[in-house]
Formats: sequence, structure tokens, C-alpha cells
Amino acid sequence: MKISFKLNGKPVEVDIEPSLLLSELLRDKLDLTGTHVGCDTSQCGACVIHLDDESVKSCTILAVSVDGRSVTTVEGLASGEGVDGLHPMQRAFHENHGLQCGFCTPGMLMSAIDFAKRHPKPTEQEVRQWLEGNICRCTGYQNIVRSVLAGAAAMHAAS
Amino acid sequence: MSQIVGSQIVGIGASPLRKEDLRFVSGRGHYVADIKRPGMTAGVFLRSPHAHARLKSIDSAVAQAMPGVLAVFTGADLKAANVGGLPCGWGITGKDGKPMKEPPHPPLAQEKVRHVGDAVAFVVAETAEQARSAAEAIVVDYDMLPAVSGVLEALRPGAPAVFDEIPGNLCCDWELGDAAATEQAFAKAAHVAHVSLVNNRLIGNPMEPRAAVAEHEPTTGQYTLWTTSQFPHVVRLLMGNMVLGIPQHKLRVVAPDVGGGFGVKQFHYAEEAVVTWAAAKVGRPVKWVCERSEGFISDAHGRDHVTEAELALDEKGKFLAIRVKTLANMGGYLSTFGPNIPTNLYAPLLSGVYTIPAIYCEVKVVFTNTVPVDAYRGAGRPEATFVVERLVDIAAMEMGIDKADIRRRNMIPKEAYPYQTPVIVQYDSGDPAGCLAGAVEAADVAGFAARKQASLAKGKLRGLGFSTYIEACGLAPSRIAGRLGARGGLYESATVRVHPTGHVTVLIGTHNHGQGHETTFAQIVSEKLGVPFANVDIVFGDTDKVQFGMGTYGSRSLAVGGSALARASDKVITKGKKIAAHLLEADEQDVDFSAGVFSIAGTDRKKTFEEVALAAYVPHDYPLEILEPGLEEQAYYDPVNFTYPGGAHIAEVEIDPETGVVTLLNYTAVDDVGTVINPMIVEGQLHGGIAQGIGQALFENCVYDDDTGQLLSGSFMDYCMPRADTVPSMKISTHSTICTHTPLGSKGCGEVGTIGSPAAVTNAVVDALAHLGITHIDMPASPNRIWRLIQNAMLGRAAE
Ligand code: FES
Ligand code: FES
Repeated sequence: MKISFKLNGKPVEVDIEPSLLLSELLRDKLDLTGTHVGCDTSQCGACVIHLDDESVKSCTILAVSVDGRSVTTVEGLASGEGVDGLHPMQRAFHENHGLQCGFCTPGMLMSAIDFAKRHPKPTEQEVRQWLEGNICRCTGYQNIVRSVLAGAAAMHAAS
Repeated sequence: MSQIVGSQIVGIGASPLRKEDLRFVSGRGHYVADIKRPGMTAGVFLRSPHAHARLKSIDSAVAQAMPGVLAVFTGADLKAANVGGLPCGWGITGKDGKPMKEPPHPPLAQEKVRHVGDAVAFVVAETAEQARSAAEAIVVDYDMLPAVSGVLEALRPGAPAVFDEIPGNLCCDWELGDAAATEQAFAKAAHVAHVSLVNNRLIGNPMEPRAAVAEHEPTTGQYTLWTTSQFPHVVRLLMGNMVLGIPQHKLRVVAPDVGGGFGVKQFHYAEEAVVTWAAAKVGRPVKWVCERSEGFISDAHGRDHVTEAELALDEKGKFLAIRVKTLANMGGYLSTFGPNIPTNLYAPLLSGVYTIPAIYCEVKVVFTNTVPVDAYRGAGRPEATFVVERLVDIAAMEMGIDKADIRRRNMIPKEAYPYQTPVIVQYDSGDPAGCLAGAVEAADVAGFAARKQASLAKGKLRGLGFSTYIEACGLAPSRIAGRLGARGGLYESATVRVHPTGHVTVLIGTHNHGQGHETTFAQIVSEKLGVPFANVDIVFGDTDKVQFGMGTYGSRSLAVGGSALARASDKVITKGKKIAAHLLEADEQDVDFSAGVFSIAGTDRKKTFEEVALAAYVPHDYPLEILEPGLEEQAYYDPVNFTYPGGAHIAEVEIDPETGVVTLLNYTAVDDVGTVINPMIVEGQLHGGIAQGIGQALFENCVYDDDTGQLLSGSFMDYCMPRADTVPSMKISTHSTICTHTPLGSKGCGEVGTIGSPAAVTNAVVDALAHLGITHIDMPASPNRIWRLIQNAMLGRAAE
């Protein structure tokens, strides 16, 4: 079936099987491989994207359900080239060593941005609780937490 | 965080932000699962649902005829094509002088399946969905056999034989140390501390599942395999040479961005061989991406020991001897390094940071109907540390000695290095007492008694746990490894290619999958050659680009690969001096090199590194008999010894006796990793390593059903990974002594966290429960386990 939606600010139209997951649509059909798949039980959060500005696990929703809506992936965050063009949260992860292998990072970023929008001044404990749905095997979370705190501050300083 | 500009020289000891970050935070990493090739097909493995069964027949007729299906392959097809078994890279020798039992490991099961997840067939179709449907339509007739998953059960008389030809399931009965001297020491001991423990089985679970894409060009015979590997060159050698019979120059193996490894991706896996072989058979590229639940039953697992250990002490609490008996689970086949882990990487670390005159260790390596067991971050060394550090605590408790004190009393003094242990290894440098002093201070051990009182007032139990540990890493000195059974040398290689503009490309045989090599190695070159940090790029992970290398595991990248890089850089300087001497019409001996400038001592004549680089490539008047054009140097570095990082970790926990829930309040680590190249990255490695150790101590447990051999912890719902809200913020610092035999003095930091932490956390939990007479708890110290221990202890008290 045909659906149309906004993807990273641009309109797209695709013809898809009704059983296709959003994560599969993004990765396999639209070549946006920044969204990762780390599990098959909706437990890891590597696949988090924004649907109408709210973070959701793209492995848990059918692609057809985004018809008429707006999807943002990690590829849609930066506003320009290079480090200078990064979203404040991407930059915070870079500046606070909030990533190692980078596999969990897109999901972490998308979760963190959603959280930070609604929590301008979060505590460490709030950040840790929010990220409970995103697994990282590399960092021990400490620098991710630091990154999210710094990113939240930067997002609200910028606005 | 320091803001460092890439146009500067950024050397050793600085913390520039990572070069690799930009592509990852932008979603532009390039992982195997992201790869698309023209005409690409999808492959799916059909795996055994049974732990142990005879394969009577496989009927794939229906599957073959399903829409989109291109082929179905089974073990019989591989056998008919003369595909070899997966090799084991390390052979060990038993007490009786006989080699270990080494049964075949076919990439697709033949005759029997030996664990849940053993691959039975491989389906190739146009889409993954079609391949999955077809796999479900394959009819396998299994003749079920009784299965055995635990080591104790596997060794019982009459236990089911995993291999018909190996009744009793014993792969090897191995030993290390001096049994007689140990016996004597125990005979005169004033006190003997004893522990029976289980080192829990773990699943490494890097966040990127394994994957492979392969293609074949029939006109040239060229194969390419993209795989999630920590050591692509070794995969090329093992798979090309021993499994598929592909000449090395016709096989390119690429490991692009890899989403974490932790050992899980340092083996040559069956799937790599099957996918590569199938690509040639179907004449189109084939892609296989492991699902997470599939990874749980096909990634090699880690740990899984059952151990009895004793420590003999004199009346003053001095250690006299250690005696250890371990049963180690190998699973249903020997994985690439499997038998090496619970033997050579375990027993030689039983001296810990202590002077222990006599040590004897016996290890029975055992087959079971479980996934093969191999290296997982730390690999053997966390198990050894756990044994030693638990024994030390038990001895302290029983003898009424302070737990920090008993350690200090027995530590190898700083001046006593190099220190020869009774179990092969010679530690080159270290300062365990210095690390402990630092950790005691940083963890405010002095204030612990007051904190414990405060907890008690809230009805909570507070405990403090120490772990002072050492590990052997930087795998490996080939000479020692060879004596211990390694079937290949374990050096590392680096090429420093200076371009005519003075920019530098490094080709290195290690593999970066989160460790930050693109940054750290660029710092080494920037410092050595005096070139701007931004002008250095690191290339790895492609056998067509990089000379042979051994890859990344065993905390070896900096200690071995970084050493090769330092040597290759030195060779560049040596040749640069020759070129500069020619340009400046001076004697080579008179040329100095510092911070990117070649100069003649005592004169103002000089040439910059860029000028020399350009001259190297556009010469027209070289003295060709002594100077070749070009500026590119290579070094292969084989260390003379392991490196020995170590440190002191202190964990502080609070337990709710009503629920058994443990809260890890504080974690302090002071580690000796030798020269630190990038402090920010080292700290990150420690955070991650410690979190994994905390996972083992408190949460993670791979459990098989004893009767059926079914994996009970087969998803993230049942296998409890550390999460952001269950791991504390840690206090990390370093107290380094310099490695005396690596060119940069670095020891390695990848595994220290995972090695030191399980013992620290467990000791803290036991400390909190000590007043109940509890001296040991097995990992993970789950609420259920703790609650039961408390209840039993209280019942016992009431009965007394
Ligand atoms: S891939 Fe979506 S939660 Fe794991
Ligand atoms: S950075 Fe590797 S999983 Fe998070």
C-alpha cells in the first residue's frame, strides 16, 4: 500500500507491504541506516526515532502507521556540516565521550533529545531513569549521562 | 573537556575529542548490516531447537520450492564439497602429556546437533522474510538424546556423551604449578581458607548483532566477506586456508565499523564460512544478519566455572599457598580460543598481586550440550581474580584481620619487581600498595564505619568490598604463547605511509570497535613525527588495504599494535634523517629531529617534515645506492612479555534485608595501566569494563535447563543487562608504573575494569552480610539469592 509522510523535514511517498516495520522501512527501503536494530524484543532502544516529535522504538511500529505523520531520524538532527553543524545533543555526546562503538548512539540521541525537550534541567537520577530503555554495552552509561545533562543545558541555552 | 585543535600536534597524554565520533553521532557509521550489494540475497540459518539429537533426515523439498528461494544447504552439502571443520587456534596438553581431545566442528551440523542453536541448514532467498518462511518449512527428523548442560553433570559416570567418541566428556585434564610444594605448604599452615564457587556463565551481547555479507566474482575467483569481526586477517587465514580452501590472495575480509566486540567477535564463526561458500554457490551476494535471540544461542558464551579453592596462611596471615580445582565448561564444540581461556589465561594469574610461594591448579575442561564457551572481556583473568580475592576476604574474616591489611601484608612490594610468580609469568612492574592507598583515600574508607551506622539506622546493611588485582594482557609474546599451545604467533603490524604533503595514513592490523584507535593512534603519530593531529588517519579492518595483523583482543591494541606503530614511526624518522642529510648536504649522524623539524645541530640549517616528505617522492638526484625514494615504513612487533595492568577497586553497597535488593552506592578504582595516551578514552574503557563486571556480579546470568538443555535466559527480558539506572557513577583514577618492555610504556586498559570489579562487588555484598555468618555468595548476587541467604542464616541462628 502507498503511504506518504514527512521524513527529516522532506515529503516521501512509498509503496510498502502492510507487515513492514518502520525500522525496516527506514533501513532497507530508504537507506537511512543510522537507525539501528539491536534486538528482536523491543528491549534495547537502538532503533529509537521521533514520530511527531516523540521518541518511539521504530522496531515496534508498523511502517503504515506513519502515514500522514512526521518522522525524524538521527540523520535529520544536524543543521549543517561537520561538528559545528551538529545538534546540541550530538555535540554534547562528542564533547563528553558519550559513545564508544557508536551502535547504541543514534537511539540514545533520539531518546535524550525527546527527554531534554521536556526536562530543561534534569537531575542525574532523572536521566538515568529515562534511559532505562536504551542499552549500551560499551560506556557504562556514565559519560552518556554526562552528555545528556550537557546536551539538555545546551539545547535550552540555545533556545 | 579540553578543546584541542586538530591543526596542532596532539601528543601522548592529551585528551583530544575522538576523530571517529562525527560519523557515529551523525548516523553515518558503516556497519555490516548496513551493506547493500547489487543483486544481494538474504540468508537465514535453521537452528536446532534441541540440545542433543541425532539428525536422521532433513527434508527441504517443500522449502526449496517456495517463492523466492534460491537454495537450501545442509551439512551434507558442505561435506560433499569438502568444506573443512572450524579450527581451534590453541591446543592444550593434559597432565598425562597427551593433547586435548579435539573433535570436529562442522559449520553446519552433521549426524548430530550438540546444543540448542547448532546450525542445521542455511536458506538463501530473495528476501529475508522468504528465507525465514522457507526455513520454517524444512522438516528435520531428530532422534532426541539425553542432554547435559552443567560441568558436574557432564562428568558423572554414565552422563550422555556430547561426542560419541569421547565418553565422559573430558576434553582435557590440565594442571599448572608445583603440587608437592603446595601440599607441603598446606601441611604447615596455621589457617586454611576455603571456598566453593561458581563463576556464572555470561553472554557478551555487544549491541551490534553479528552479521556477514559475502560475494564471489567467478571470472577472477575473488571472494569478499564483510563480517563483524575483531580480527579480519585471522578470519581470512582460518577460513580461507582451513575451512573453504580459498587462496589468501583471492579472499578479502573486511570488518568495517563494528558495534562492540568484548571477545564475542574474535572467533571464526561457522556463519562466516557458510555465507561465503553459499555466495559462490548461488552466484549472488548473500547477506545474513543475526537476530538478537539467535545471537543468544550462537554467539560464544563466557566464564562458566565450578571451583574449589583453598588458601593456606601462617599465624600472621601471610599467604603460604593456593590450591585450586576448576571444572570449566567448553560447550558443544571447541571455539577458536576456547581451551586456552580457563587454563593459560586463568591459572597463571592465581598469584594475584601477592607473594604466594606455592601454587597448584587443576582444570578439567569439559564438553556439554551448550553453546561453545570462549573469551569474553577479561577471559580467564576475572575468574582467577575472583578466586583469589574471595579467598583473601574469607581468610581475613575467619582470622579477624582487616581486609585492607591482609592485602597490604601480602602484596608484592614495588621494589620487588620484576617479580617471578610460581606460575610461569613474570610481572615487569607495578605498585599494588600504591593503588590500594589511592583507592582507600578516594573511597573514604575511613568514613565507612559511620556510613554503615547511618545505614543501619535506616534498617539497611552496608558493605565495603576490596579487589586488588593484576592481569596479563597485551596478547601475546609469541614465544611464551607458543610454549602454552598457541598455534600461531601473536605479534602486531603497522605501516606508516607518509604522503608527499606530509599527511600520514597509518595501516594497522588491530581493529577499532569502540576503543578510539582512530584518535589514540593518531596521537602517537602526531607526537612521534610532529605532524598535526588532523593530518593523520588510521586505516584498519580490510585485508586488501592492511598488511597481515592479528586484530584486537586481550587488551593488545596499544601494547602490541601501538608498539608496532611507534617502531614504524621511528623508522620513518630514521629515513627522514637520511633524506634531510642529503638535502642539507650534511652527515646523517648530525641530523636532529624534534617536533616535526630536521635540523643540523649547532646551525640554523633545517628542513620541515613536509619538505622532507615532498623530497622523498620527487627526487631527481638521490644517491640511489644508499637512499630509495618514498617515505613509508612498516614494523612488526612481537612483545617479549605480557603486560601486567592491575589496580585496586573498592565497592560500597547497601542491602535491603527485607527484599534482598542491592544498591551499589559507590565504586572507586585506581588502576595501573602504564603510560596513558588519552586519559579520556582510558576512563571510558574503565567505565565500560567495570559496568560489565558489575553486570556479572549483580545481574547477568546465562542459565540452561538441566534436563532439557534449553537456554532459559534467551532474551534481554530474561538476561539482565546493566542499565543506566542500575550502574552507579564511578570514581576512576590511574596510578601508573611504566611497562618496562613496550616502547611507549603502556600496559593496556580494555579489560581491567571487568577483571577487578566482580570480586570487589561480591566482597562488598558478603561484607554487608558477614554479621550473619555468611562468607560467600555466588554471582549474580540477585535479590532472590540474597534474601534466601539471609533467611537461612537467620533460621540457622534461631536453631542454635
Ligand atoms: S531494536 Fe528496537 S528496541 Fe531493540
Ligand atoms: S557505544 Fe557501544 S553500545 Fe553504546
